[in-house]
Amino acid sequence: MAGKLNRIGLEPVIYKGSKTTLCAGCGHNAISERIIDAFFEMGIDPQQVVKLSGIGCSSKSPAYFLGTSHGFNAVHGRMPSVGTGAMLANKKLIAIGISGDGDTGAIGIGQFVHLMRRNIPIIYIIEDNGCYGLTKGQFSPTADLGSKLKTGVVNDLPPIDTCALAVELGATFVARSFSGDKKQLLSILKAALAHRGTVMIDVISPCVTFNDHEGSTKSYSYVKDHDDPLEEVSFVPFFEDINVDYEPGTTQEVTMHDGSKLLLKKLEEGYDPTDKIGAMKRLHETARRGEFATGIIYIEPDRDDFLEQLNVVDEPLATLPLDRVRPGPEALEEIMEGLR
Amino acid sequence: MSPSDVAVQQQQSSAGKQRVVNDFSIQVATVNGSGSQTANLVLLRSLLLMGIPASGKNMFPSNIAGLPTWYTIRASKRGYVSRKKEVDFLVAMNPETAKEDVLTLDAGAAVVYDEPLKLKDLRDDLVFYPVPFDKLVGPVCPDAKLRRLVRNMIYDGVLAKLLGIDPALMDKALNKQLGKKAKAVALNAGALKAGWDYAEANFTKQDPFALEPMNETAGKILIEGNQAAAIGCMMAGVTVVAWYPITPSSSLCESLIGYMKKYRMDKATGKATFAIVQAEDEIASLGMVIGASWAGARSMTATAGPGISLMSEFTGLAYYAETPAVIFDVQRVGPSTGLPTRTAQGDLLSTAFLSHGDTKHLMLIPCSVEESYEMAIEAFDLAEQFQTPIFVMLDLDLGMNNWMSTPFKYPTKGINRGKMLTSDKLKELGATWGRYKDVEGDGIPYRTIPGDGMPSYFTRGSGHNAKAQYSERPDDYVDNMDRLARKFETARKAVPAPVIEKVPGAKIGIIAYGTTHWAITESRDQLREETDVKSSYYRLRAYPFNESLNEFIDAHERLYIVEQNRDAQMRQLMKLELTPERCAKLRSVLHYSGLPIDARSVSDDILAQEGFDVAKKTVHVTADAGGGMTGGE
Repeated sequence: MAGKLNRIGLEPVIYKGSKTTLCAGCGHNAISERIIDAFFEMGIDPQQVVKLSGIGCSSKSPAYFLGTSHGFNAVHGRMPSVGTGAMLANKKLIAIGISGDGDTGAIGIGQFVHLMRRNIPIIYIIEDNGCYGLTKGQFSPTADLGSKLKTGVVNDLPPIDTCALAVELGATFVARSFSGDKKQLLSILKAALAHRGTVMIDVISPCVTFNDHEGSTKSYSYVKDHDDPLEEVSFVPFFEDINVDYEPGTTQEVTMHDGSKLLLKKLEEGYDPTDKIGAMKRLHETARRGEFATGIIYIEPDRDDFLEQLNVVDEPLATLPLDRVRPGPEALEEIMEGLR
Repeated sequence: MSPSDVAVQQQQSSAGKQRVVNDFSIQVATVNGSGSQTANLVLLRSLLLMGIPASGKNMFPSNIAGLPTWYTIRASKRGYVSRKKEVDFLVAMNPETAKEDVLTLDAGAAVVYDEPLKLKDLRDDLVFYPVPFDKLVGPVCPDAKLRRLVRNMIYDGVLAKLLGIDPALMDKALNKQLGKKAKAVALNAGALKAGWDYAEANFTKQDPFALEPMNETAGKILIEGNQAAAIGCMMAGVTVVAWYPITPSSSLCESLIGYMKKYRMDKATGKATFAIVQAEDEIASLGMVIGASWAGARSMTATAGPGISLMSEFTGLAYYAETPAVIFDVQRVGPSTGLPTRTAQGDLLSTAFLSHGDTKHLMLIPCSVEESYEMAIEAFDLAEQFQTPIFVMLDLDLGMNNWMSTPFKYPTKGINRGKMLTSDKLKELGATWGRYKDVEGDGIPYRTIPGDGMPSYFTRGSGHNAKAQYSERPDDYVDNMDRLARKFETARKAVPAPVIEKVPGAKIGIIAYGTTHWAITESRDQLREETDVKSSYYRLRAYPFNESLNEFIDAHERLYIVEQNRDAQMRQLMKLELTPERCAKLRSVLHYSGLPIDARSVSDDILAQEGFDVAKKTVHVTADAGGGMTGGE
């Protein structure tokens, strides 16, 4: 793609970040690359993007993409509140938050829960490797029952399924993917950029250093063998005039907030990602088989986001001029009169 | 026990001897949830309508209904508004506390009480007025379900007659308090009249307490500190508010919501020029504030001590990432979960250095509702000017009690958004802009916000250099920490200056802050009038300290730092900065019962430390009065 310009006239290099300091082969780096591709291909202005993260290996990665965007590496597990604040301040921003399975499922579970409830427009990505990489490989809350650490320790607690939780809590776009599945992940990320509301994507992203061995259920080989795609995901952005032909009944078409189209080609078993109860059922069934359901798990393209619910003005609150944020002397006089 | 902390009867009876006009306290003891607050506020408003300076303090339980609560109203012709230590006139409505409430009164006090409580045989040195409230409420309130709420209004009618309040004025106060609720006004007016009529027919005035019209309250307003701060926030142009309910701060955000809905809806579109979010906890509240401020919004939260503790980590991040934030701490008694409905000035040390590592924060400390309003406005300017969290330290007494005040002034200045990078400034700086670069030598860097078209940067709590790049280099860390210290020194000159009153010939100086001010005002008069002790006064209004503190200490032999906490927290902060010679002059007067501080206790403590026999108000230790007496740490 070198030299090619996107629809707003920017080169791919603008979307790159600094050199990664994560381990060679880390799934997180592949995710960063897909983020770069998605933002470039969708023609998103990096000046309008804010990158947010908590703490951990995953949370270092915003430094490795979109180097000209503002970034905020917050405290452990509390990125959702910082992201919420940023979006309240300026609804024109495009927010992408990168978290990990510990950052989300353990210390940050409270803020995660409330982020999902509010439907704040943020793309929230969990780079999920089932362990704490930066502190050298302890289990995280998404580690599967029976999964084994390098040291031989076996996980005897049930995992938190962040996708099931997100669907339950009211997130309007919930997906799961695999850092090794370039095509699926890219389509999901592009669709995420077309969605207005909270997007929750759990991306299984193996830790090559601490959790890629025999006995781990988050290793490359285990995930490849147990990936159960729900559908074949393709995405047609609103600015591309492409007609996709498909046989009636084989593909579900979802029109996104910005007019883009999400095309979900049904696989052997029919799946409807707009059916909340069906989504929960399918997640539980797949988990019981020890597999990962990937693809768009749930989508509700037209629910009001939090900012619409709050009925805030169209302009960013952050830069409203004084005369719009300070009531006049008559207002103060009226208040004082009422207190006399 | 009753929140009158007078344990021993010491005053000689003077009942009925001399009239005491416009200078006494009324305490109403009721059960919370019984509607007594309306009756109490009507009484307070009646005094103000008579032109008498008055204050009201609510001492309430952490409970919705059924526990004892006391409301104290003080009439003071001299304008003293701190809590009066002695209760002069008791209204005993609560069977649970009535006996103890009566036993702890000073001789000569008067008691209106619910007749079935049979209190009059408890003491023979008090004046008793038994009132059969249940019998009186029936005829005026046919609906039995409402009687519990209306019967309290009867004591207002009784007091009006006994103390000399014009019933027409009290009706006016009732209308003001209940506003447009015509049915409630009519019911309660009936109760007032029933009380008045009963007192007129049955009582002969035997106590010395009386109210007479004055002209000291014209144009004044009655307002709680939290509400005052909320008005300030709105006028400061706050756009993002995130909060979590906690006593005693909740009413700050709740009244702010009310004002914003009324005065901050965009006229053209009907949309809000603000976003207010009730967060999931205090951690998230401050996280949202930091995110919003980082993205350029004027943003705030309000909390109390337990919330401050939870905000510790984020505060450290904001300090180091240099993100503005305005945080109101309406202080209450600690520790978690403490006594949530009692007042204290107990969060100073923990807030000054909140978080781990080297951090220090700016604190503004208002003493009045007017300063709550003004400092709220100033806090937003300072937060953006210094790109750091600003803590506005109220306390429960200020935040939740009603205070009389002159009306607030409309801001004369615009808003100061601090060093925001502009394209002109960027040109001037050439290629050398760095988010954390000290351009002017004041420690304050230039910032940009997302979406403003200026250069971006990566915000992180971890090590960074002047260009906001990740760095673990020792020199980068030291440079940054030194610059932050420099910024703090710049702030020293920018935070609200102390109010200093130097009295010629005064050997002692009093240092106080926040609501303690009101006890000090009265105490200094007591010291001068009762024992001829002159004192200078230094009222702190912010941390860090102003350089004038040194000079004030040097000008006096002994300095009394009066605080509402056990550990002399402000004195501890001073000791970190003062020379050993100056530290040696500092003494403490400490009050930490959960009740608002009173002047009598302050005066007696200072006099004891000065070597006086407090009971006789005479000196019993001569020469170098004091050395090594009470009140140290």
